[in-house]
Amino acid sequence: MQTAHPTAAPLFTGSEWTFELLEKARDAIEKIALGDLGLDVYPNQIEIISAEQMLDAYSCVGLPLMYQHWSFGKHFARDEALYRTGRQGLAYEIVINSNPCISYNMEENTMAMQTLVMAHAAFGHNHFFKNNYLFQQWTDAEGIHDYLAFAKNYIAACEERYGVDAVEEILDAAHALQAQGVFRYGRPPKPTIEERKAMQQLREAYETGQSALDIWTDATLGLSRDAEMTEAETGHAGRRKKMNMPQENILYFLEKHSPVLEPWQREILRIVRMLAQYLYPQKQTKVMNEGCATFVHYHIINALHDQGLISQGAFMEMMHSHTNVVMQPEYDDPRYSGINPYALGFAMMQDIQRICENPTDEDREWFPAIAGDPDWRGVLRNAWANYRDESFIQQFLSPHLIRKFKLFTLTDNETHPQLVISQIHNRAGYKAIRRDLARQYDLAYIEPDIQVTDADLKGDRTLKLTHTVRDNVYLAEDERDEVLRHLRRLWGYDVKLAAVEASLAG
Amino acid sequence: MHHFIDRRANPKGKSLGNRQRFLRRARENIKERVDRSIREKSIGKGESVPENGEEITIPAKGLKEPRLYHGPGGNRRYVLPGNKDFVVGDTVDRPRGGAGEGGREASEDGDGDDEFSFTLTRDEYLEILFDGLELPDLVEKATVETETIGTRRAGLTTAGTPNNLNLVRTMRNSLGRRIALQRPSTKSQRELEDQIEELEGLEARSPSQDDLLVVLKTKLEGIIRKRRVVGYIDPLDLRFDTYVPEKIRNSRAVVFCLMDVSGSMQEREKDLAKRFFLLLHLFLTRCYEHTELVFVRHTHYAQEVDEETFFYARETGGTIVSTALEKMKEIIDDRYPSDEWNIYGAQASDGENFGNDSVRCRKLLTEELLPVCQFYAYVEIVEEAAQMLLDNAEVGEDLWQNYRQVKAAAAHFEMQRVSQPSHIYPIFREFFLPKVKG
Repeated sequence: MQTAHPTAAPLFTGSEWTFELLEKARDAIEKIALGDLGLDVYPNQIEIISAEQMLDAYSCVGLPLMYQHWSFGKHFARDEALYRTGRQGLAYEIVINSNPCISYNMEENTMAMQTLVMAHAAFGHNHFFKNNYLFQQWTDAEGIHDYLAFAKNYIAACEERYGVDAVEEILDAAHALQAQGVFRYGRPPKPTIEERKAMQQLREAYETGQSALDIWTDATLGLSRDAEMTEAETGHAGRRKKMNMPQENILYFLEKHSPVLEPWQREILRIVRMLAQYLYPQKQTKVMNEGCATFVHYHIINALHDQGLISQGAFMEMMHSHTNVVMQPEYDDPRYSGINPYALGFAMMQDIQRICENPTDEDREWFPAIAGDPDWRGVLRNAWANYRDESFIQQFLSPHLIRKFKLFTLTDNETHPQLVISQIHNRAGYKAIRRDLARQYDLAYIEPDIQVTDADLKGDRTLKLTHTVRDNVYLAEDERDEVLRHLRRLWGYDVKLAAVEASLAG
Repeated sequence: MHHFIDRRANPKGKSLGNRQRFLRRARENIKERVDRSIREKSIGKGESVPENGEEITIPAKGLKEPRLYHGPGGNRRYVLPGNKDFVVGDTVDRPRGGAGEGGREASEDGDGDDEFSFTLTRDEYLEILFDGLELPDLVEKATVETETIGTRRAGLTTAGTPNNLNLVRTMRNSLGRRIALQRPSTKSQRELEDQIEELEGLEARSPSQDDLLVVLKTKLEGIIRKRRVVGYIDPLDLRFDTYVPEKIRNSRAVVFCLMDVSGSMQEREKDLAKRFFLLLHLFLTRCYEHTELVFVRHTHYAQEVDEETFFYARETGGTIVSTALEKMKEIIDDRYPSDEWNIYGAQASDGENFGNDSVRCRKLLTEELLPVCQFYAYVEIVEEAAQMLLDNAEVGEDLWQNYRQVKAAAAHFEMQRVSQPSHIYPIFREFFLPKVKG
């Protein structure tokens, strides 16, 4: 522990910000972020925006460019009403996983807040985006802007050509299936030879102005070969192989195999699922992403303060904001609305630093690999790079932290009239609580598992979906039926959704 | 590398397209609420629709974004923070409204509410309020609109007056030409001059320096010559904005508000009349570029007054309706030539009139006013109890009966009875709904 020896004049004194001051603060932050913490970031592009522009960004899921859809207008109207009436504040910043890394800072922020926000977003989030394996493997930070521009123009062109209503119908349906439009485990299957041929035919047919509709369907594809087809190829097993079933990515399946969609409609499905896939890693790493950014800003503002680069007043303002952000109300507090990802992520990362620097015997027993590691920065960078929320909690949630948060598990068995406290923060409960909490962040568990299991294009063309039910949790019914109506529109024929108990499913 | 970009000055309304799509989607619901709000609205001073818009609440049905997610029920485990004194095996009652304590099962769009509140801007509000209404165009006037000559931008030319010089285009051409013709920059000229000055400033120059001086001087001359020949801006570079004259049809309208202010017209009657005038004015403001209002009140004589006096000043006296019509005629002749102005008349009264003045009113209307008016509306304000009058258009006093004859003869004359604020908007709509031409 070193005491503060202010050696330099503060970077800024007033609360008003200017571009020169921002530049100065950014340079000071960068020195610590890269030099001390060893972060590796995309070049930053920091944009100052007004409240209205922030609302714009809100409504378009935080993306800088988005195609037009009524639901974004609805979100804007709602957020605007909440903001105008003071029921909801706006975020200080929004950051986009792109190269260069764009962050939007609100013009209303004070200079102290701008400094905090830069450390948080332009270095914390930025490092996480660039280094976490999920983002590296599943998102294309270089190409996202071009893709968004393409999507916006493409959908605008479709509206021009086919009418706003026709496009809206497809977008509504695609949005309803957005969460079922991602590959969770495997890469998209490589196009088979048939599909490549089909694409080729499609292009040719398109060029010669013939109807391309049916060429996609395997029925038409197989026409010339029908005679030689064996039973194995036409049967269920053959279909499964050819159409990559079972398929968890319903939008992908519809895009490839729907018998009724036109090429532009397929392209719209593709756009929606590409964006869903791009945003999917962010859903999987809320705790880690916010934890990383919060840890980084906390470390940086303390370092700046230690160097005397920020005044006492500004430091207090940042700390006040930081404390609000990482506040975790207890379960019986009226403000409680689930576990705060900022609080949990930040606490876990601080805990890792503690385990490296001042391990207790308990830490040595639980974390032999990192306890006492002299390079806590390296340990953290490794964690940021190689985990997602679920595995991070499973790996790093310590008994110390479970006690600090006084975590307990509440078991809700629908056959019992009452809820039971099944685990508390004692020796017997640590592992179970850690496992339960980790599962709470496992998207594969909290999102319903629905897969396309069969579609006989030569038969009755019914699309069969299977929902694998775990722990007796079924889909919410009224919205399920509405989604199925959308699905029917995209498939063109009957759609059946069967619920199968997990233990019975093959 | 630029680190900071100031986006605050970017064009506003990036999500306007989304907004329009949203309003389009919710149109039916919004319309119903807007209609209701105008009916219930009490009209204070001035405008009834606030400048900064109107908050409305519509049912969320039809604006749902359905998703597949887990419903309530089943076997779950929640990890919660802040254990106080629970030990393993303790039981607690199931919280009411399902076991959503973990908060993870909420619908994704987060608004499971039945209602959706947001703010309509003034323009959107009026647009929806007057949706589907049209100006009556039964009388095709020779010139409904007046024409004036305006100007319109028409691209660029190479000749023009200096005040129309397009700097950006001119400088772009200039830069291109200078690069192409390799015009020496001011900087290179100054450098040479400095060098020469330095050499000349030396006390004693070596022969090589002398030679260099000569070379430099020649070079400088060359540069100066070239700079003179290849000008910074050449007449070739010049581009001028051009404007072409254009006929602009500008439409103007004047609304005459005529009201009986004799003793029998109380606050209630005036309020109803005001609502009607206000709607008419709002509507016409949207249809014409320029709208004026003329207020004429009458007892047994008519005066032109300002809005304040019109609605709030008290007056006593008898009732002679024709005086107001004469006044209107007089004002039209005086200030609003009918070939330049679209003239609208709106008259409110409680239906009483003096002696056989009503016949005179009918004559005035059919012979003098209606030929120059686009539209004339008469609203008779009756007692709330007078259901009989509301139901039966044939019953009525002298004025009503005479006006019925006017209506029979002129298609752009409308008359209605009202007794409650809620009647105003429906009859207003009725007046302006597009009519099938017979």
